[in-house]
Formats: sequence, C-alpha cells, structure tokens
Amino acid sequence: MAQTYRSMLVDPMVDNNPITLQVLGICSALAVTSSLQVALVMTIAVTMVTAFSSMFISVLRSQIPSSIRIIVQMIVIASLVIVVDQILKAYAYEISKTLSVFVGLIITNCIVMGRAEAFAMKNPPFASFVDGIGNGLGYGLILMLVGTIRELFGSGSLFGITIFETVNNGGWYVPNGLLLLPPSAFFVIGLLIWAFRTWKPEQVEEREYRIQTVEAH
Amino acid sequence: MEDLISLAVKAIFVENMALAFFLGMCTFLAVSKKIGTAIGLGISVTLVQAITVPANNLILTYLLAPGALAWAGFGDVDLTFLGLISYIGVIAAMVQILEMILDKYFPPLYNALGVFLPLITVNCAILGGSLFMVERDYDFAQASVYGISSGFGWALAITAMAGVREKLKYSDIPEGLQGLGITFISAGLMAMAFMSFSGVNL
Repeated sequence: MAQTYRSMLVDPMVDNNPITLQVLGICSALAVTSSLQVALVMTIAVTMVTAFSSMFISVLRSQIPSSIRIIVQMIVIASLVIVVDQILKAYAYEISKTLSVFVGLIITNCIVMGRAEAFAMKNPPFASFVDGIGNGLGYGLILMLVGTIRELFGSGSLFGITIFETVNNGGWYVPNGLLLLPPSAFFVIGLLIWAFRTWKPEQVEEREYRIQTVEAH
Repeated sequence: MEDLISLAVKAIFVENMALAFFLGMCTFLAVSKKIGTAIGLGISVTLVQAITVPANNLILTYLLAPGALAWAGFGDVDLTFLGLISYIGVIAAMVQILEMILDKYFPPLYNALGVFLPLITVNCAILGGSLFMVERDYDFAQASVYGISSGFGWALAITAMAGVREKLKYSDIPEGLQGLGITFISAGLMAMAFMSFSGVNL
C-alpha cells in the first residue's frame, strides 16, 4: 500500500483539500456557514456519509457492473442520507429546520460521489473508510473556518455564545451585517483560497495569458 | 395567474438558484469558462428542471404523501421518508430518458450538450429544486412554473458568469488568487448585484 492510513487522513486537510483544490462540494460550504453550530452539524453529517458510503461502495465494488455504477452509488448514498436526515429530525429538530434542503443535498454533494468514484471503486473497505473520513474532515475544516469568520464578525458570537458584546446590547462591537448575507461566503472562501495558495505555492493555477512587463530604459 | 407570474419572477431573480442559494455551484464554477458551453449547460439544466420538478410533485402527491396511497388500500401509510431516494431516482431516470430522446430526434442539440447531460444528475440545483418544491408545498401548476423559472434563473447566472470570466482571464491577478480564487470573488460581487432584487415585492 503506497499511501499510509495517516496520510490518507491528513492529506485532504491542506495538501489536497476537497474545497480549495479539488473544487468539490462548494454548494453547501457556502450555504450553511453563517453560524458555527450549523456548520459543525453539517461537517459531522457529511463526514459520516462520505465515510460510510465509501466503505459500502468499496465492499460492493467487484459486484457493481460499471455501466450502472453511478446509479448504484447514488442509491447507497441516498439511503445513508435518509438515515442522517431522520436522525437529525429526531434529535436535533431545530438544526434540521435551519439546514432545510441542504441535508438532502448531501446526496449531490460532489465530495461523496467524487470519493466513491475516485477512491472507493479501487481500494479495500477500510482504506476507503479512512479516506472518506479524511475528506469529510478536510471539507469540515474549511466549513468551520468560514463559519467562525462569519459568525464572529457577523454577529459577534461563536456557537451562539457572545464573544464581542454588540452595540445593540450596550457593548462596543458594531456587527458587520454583510457577513451574514450570502455574498460574503464567496468572498471569505475566495480569500481563504488565496491564503492557502500563498502558503502552498504549488497549488497556484497556471495563467492562460501572462502579462508581459516591458523594462523601461 | 398573477401569483404564478410573481412566483416565476421570484424564482428567476430574487431567489436565484445559483447566487442566492448556491445550488449547482460545482458545475457553476467548473463549466463557466466559455459562454458557448455555459449556454448549452444552462439550456439542459432548464430542460431537466422543467421536467423533474413537476414529475416529483406528482410522485409526492400520489405516492409518498401521508394518505396518498388510499387508492391502493393503504390509507394510513406515510412514505415521505422515501422522498430523497425517489427524487434522485426520478432525476437520474429523466436525464437518461432525455438523453436518449435527444440522441434519436434532435442529434444537433444532443451533440452540442454532449457530456453535460449525464452530469446534470449530480447537479445540486436539480435536486434542490425538487426539495424546495416539497418544502414550500407547491401544487402541480406552481411546481411546473417553479421548475422552468428556477432552471432559467440558473442558466442566466452561469451565462453571466461565463461572460465575466472570459474577460477576466486577460487581467493581471495576484498569483495566489489566480483561477478559483478570483472566480469566487467575482461570483460574490454578482451575488451582491442580484441581492438588489430582493427589495422587489410581488
């Protein structure tokens, strides 16, 4: 085995992050990050679904005919998402209301399909499980980072606990309302990608057109 | 009639699938490099959306909703928990059927859409449309209008985005922001522009 379990778990965090590098699973990353609690629940849900779907698909991988593999993968994933959805409705009803359609949308979250297709179809069950957890956590890392920034500066709190006392409650912090609105998620992720790529220059994309600078004499 | 028109306008501009709910973002970012392909993808999404949302509405009303199976003698059965798996099944089947029909009767359109058709199955905008339809309790007429207009709104957004990106590649962008980073930021600016529609009350 070329890859150790440890590298499978750690690689997707920074070096091969599903969101910033593989461009997978962006939809939910943007939509559920306005509060940290919701982002945490989403992270757990996605990690669980990715890990278990990778494992089951890997168990079935030699039985699945390749022409209908997408449908089989879809059914495995959809069944797992139904389980997650029912659990959330039973034990965390409020959060499941806030997440609304985004729990169902884990089915079409490209991370789950992407890992099933790219890793689980070729590797044994346990390795696929670890890979699923790693990618789920890599996704979660970005989710939590964005969630922290948006909740802390948007409403001055973390997990609903006040950190900065806002002006409305007699404190000093004027909350930045923009961070609670959808467009801010784009900016925060865009800037995060910039930060990641400055830290790891090998992730920078090639330019299609390079601007030539002419030396002045 | 008026409420249907206002629903359509709302689905296209105010609650734009891509820019207000971030649905279909993966394809939105990956396939918006050229205007031509973006338009092709937009048309196929609108087509599939217009078929699947009403189809899923029928499935929900006549098969899954509590008491919907009364005609078969199972009056008190509630199958709504099977919703997710049935919707995705319908979507996958519809995309497959659409692909075969286009291949047989409209080969030019089929060739133009090419690889995008199968990809639509995993486009969150499609499943999202069906789930919003369920959550908001649309009836059949509303579901049909919502399907067409939300698909059109998504097509509009991706075409606009492709237009921006075609110009963007000539500009001098800092190294780390190249590609994905700047695309996110321009999408954010577009989302802000679309937010100005949210004051429109219909």
